[in-house]
Amino acid sequence: MDNLFILLFLPVLSAIILAFIKSSSARWAALLLSLIQLGLTVPFLCNFIPDASVQFAQSFTWIESLGIKFQIGIDGISLPMLILTNGLIPLIILASFAHNKSGNFYALISFMQAGLVLVFISLDAFSFYVGWEAALIPIYFICALWGDGDRIRVNLKFFIYTFFGSLLMLIAIIYLYQQTGTNDLSWSTLTSLKLTESAQTWVFWAFFIAFAIKIPLFPLHTWQPDTYTHAPAAGTMLLSGIMLKMGLFGLLRWLLPLVPNAVAQYGTLAMTLSIIGVVYGSLIAFKLNDAKRLIAYSSIAHVGLISAGIFSLTQEGIQGAIIQMVNHGISVVGLFFVIDIIQQRTGSRNFADLGGLASRMPILATCFLIIIMGAIGLPLTNGFIGEFLLLKGIFAYPVNGVWFAVFGGTTLILGAVYMLRLFQKTMLGNISDSNVQVKDINGVEVLVLVLIVALVIVIGILPNMLLNISEASVSQLLQQIK
Amino acid sequence: MGAIITLSLLGILILYLGLFKAKNALLPVSILGLLGALAFELYYWNIEAVTLYKGMVLFDHFALSFSIVCISLTILILFLSKEYFNSFSDNIAEYYTLIIFSLTGALLVSSYHNFAMLFIGLEIMSVALYILVGIRRKDKASNEASLKYFLMGAFSTGFLLFGITLMYGATGTFDLTALKEYIVANPTGISPLFYGGILLMLVGLCFKVGVAPFHFWTPDVYDGAPILITSFMSTVVKIASFAGFLRLFSTVLVPLNEFWTPILLTIVIITLFVGNISALMQTSFKRMMAYSSISHAGYMLFAILSIGATSASGILTYAVAYGLSSIIAFGALILVKRHIGSDQFESFNGLGKKNPGLAFAITIAMLSLAGIPLTAGFIGKFMMFSNVMNDYHTVLLILAAINAAIGIFYYFRIIVHMYFMKSEEESQVQLPVNFQFVFGLAVILTIVIGIYPDLIIRLI
Repeated sequence: MDNLFILLFLPVLSAIILAFIKSSSARWAALLLSLIQLGLTVPFLCNFIPDASVQFAQSFTWIESLGIKFQIGIDGISLPMLILTNGLIPLIILASFAHNKSGNFYALISFMQAGLVLVFISLDAFSFYVGWEAALIPIYFICALWGDGDRIRVNLKFFIYTFFGSLLMLIAIIYLYQQTGTNDLSWSTLTSLKLTESAQTWVFWAFFIAFAIKIPLFPLHTWQPDTYTHAPAAGTMLLSGIMLKMGLFGLLRWLLPLVPNAVAQYGTLAMTLSIIGVVYGSLIAFKLNDAKRLIAYSSIAHVGLISAGIFSLTQEGIQGAIIQMVNHGISVVGLFFVIDIIQQRTGSRNFADLGGLASRMPILATCFLIIIMGAIGLPLTNGFIGEFLLLKGIFAYPVNGVWFAVFGGTTLILGAVYMLRLFQKTMLGNISDSNVQVKDINGVEVLVLVLIVALVIVIGILPNMLLNISEASVSQLLQQIK
Repeated sequence: MGAIITLSLLGILILYLGLFKAKNALLPVSILGLLGALAFELYYWNIEAVTLYKGMVLFDHFALSFSIVCISLTILILFLSKEYFNSFSDNIAEYYTLIIFSLTGALLVSSYHNFAMLFIGLEIMSVALYILVGIRRKDKASNEASLKYFLMGAFSTGFLLFGITLMYGATGTFDLTALKEYIVANPTGISPLFYGGILLMLVGLCFKVGVAPFHFWTPDVYDGAPILITSFMSTVVKIASFAGFLRLFSTVLVPLNEFWTPILLTIVIITLFVGNISALMQTSFKRMMAYSSISHAGYMLFAILSIGATSASGILTYAVAYGLSSIIAFGALILVKRHIGSDQFESFNGLGKKNPGLAFAITIAMLSLAGIPLTAGFIGKFMMFSNVMNDYHTVLLILAAINAAIGIFYYFRIIVHMYFMKSEEESQVQLPVNFQFVFGLAVILTIVIGIYPDLIIRLI
């Protein structure tokens, strides 16, 4: 059962099956298939030996005439992402149970899952690109078909933004393809290329823009708040929980080892953009009254910090980034789910209409509070260790590390302020008359939130589980680029 | 050669069938004949290619694979034609004949080895088309298109012929091998006449493939012609013209690339922007496809811009991807126009709900045209881009990336209309069996080539 290919094949198969299910049992089938996928992921976790090697590697000839191979494998950096993807998708499907969508909806999620998995396990730039784009198409349809408001314009903007970034990346990949001489696009060949200074520079920018749009980093983030706000709950969760990790993962897997000199040269600029994103996202989140939009902006702040940790090029920073990518995925799915529940029950997510819900929904309020604590990084929750490591790494950055850490550290304070404000405005205070009748969460909703809360606490207490997985791979990566 | 003879005879046979009012036999006989021609091409595949008739034609793998693609696309188009021509006229045998004659010309254009054959091929191909474009005799747009196409076609043939003459004046031969030997033998002393000839031929060929700034006829002709003829023109005719174009440049003119590369580069950049930005402005799906065909011609020119080992297979892959998608798009347009009566984007409103299968096929076609991975269009684009990257035209690639991003706007507009707009018309679009077959096949091929492109790339 350690054939990695099956993790790609099953979601594609699921997508085809689900597309033909018309009845309302589609959601159960989707849940079952995603649980099978999760079950198939477990052996990889159990059999993974936490060293720096690439494991379960497979290589097929794909396009022989172009010399392109299909290479997949797992190392300590991709395994957490793989688990995150396959673990969150059943949760996201469960979280959208109340909406009872058609089979096509779940088929798109499954297809997207295949793309995401391919991005995380691919060791070949061509298949990476294929996965990168394959994940984009379904999410466009999910957000545009089941979204609300100005969804058509917003999603087209999102699509063109990311597609343009991908094309830049494609050009860089083709350039590297020409440089190899053997027409081999595998990760190991590309990272051992000796590129000239000017080539490194433009390859860096091509990849960086593609990833920065996806993450999104300031000032390329403008698609993000609108897209998150107008997407259906499941779409927002997929985008923020998993998809933006593609960009962060891309930095680690491709950008750093491909063009180390350019990273050293422009790293400070990338770091500055990341930190600006932290402060900018936090400040805007602080002023907003729309709960979903608030979390969208808080997400900009969080991923800014993660990206700064990656560009710090320190063991702590990168390991913190990896664990925080997982944490952010879990927390943000939880937060968006809570907002979705509130919106379903009360018909609004605006602070003006909310307040005092804790008295009617005590279970929800408890879970919400714990997830918020994780998001702002209180000790014994998952966010703590991540943010601690990130800031430690950023602090150690040789150029102005202290200042970056100081401004990056504001995320702790500002994050606490806007998150607690979110909690206060929705859960505390006086309840409005129209919301007196709301019922607390039940059934599936409790299950999802309890699972998320459990993850928040378990990772908070035992972060070493995740840190051990990535430690060896990260130190090897750092050696490689020094 | 067997295929060309088969097709010529087939055309005459069809005319006779028309004479004897065997209306129901027209389509089956045409398709059988085309399959026969296809079989001939496949038969010649493993036979070593030599020039025939004193170097007039050469059926190498290049010619054979382009011929196979042209014949196969024609078969698909003819499948769509069942019932289609009946709506204009009672005498439908002529249409089949003309399409088959035009295809014969297309095969000659992709297999010529002598300028005389190039000229004859282009004329056979075009003359048949002048009539086909105007087959809706009572329709003003169709007549206008026909006249415009005829004038522009005659004009461009004039340029081409003048170019051939100048080259003949410089070298004394029409034969491609002899022309090449002339260039190799006189690396420094090439006659100015020859350069003039290159320029004029370039203009003539650019007219034929419809790239800017020689594109002005395309939108009106594509728009005015009956949809099925438009799909024939924008696929088979265009692919064959590109094959002829590439053949001239790759066998003869490669050594002189310093002379023509800057000119062609300018043409490519103008084409990409003109095609894309005009396509963006259109409100009619048919006109959008016409302009997008201009920008696709620009992408296909990439292969000629930097001729290398993968140029031919690159153009072939791109052409197949483009041909399949165009057939789906135009086929769908026929159905929608029949149903709603208009070819504006609005006619597609609500198709995602009413006809999910049809909408899915159109979506795949648009994704392939936009060059999204796992469709054939992506592989074509990848090959074209890597072709140009060989010569480090990085700036051109950045411009191409901007254009590809612009392309998303208009390719996704149809998707937006199909899935996100409500329609007042509630009834389903009728999807006849022959359309289902063609759409199904084209979608499957698009995805199969997208996943396993070796099928096409290794042909040449």
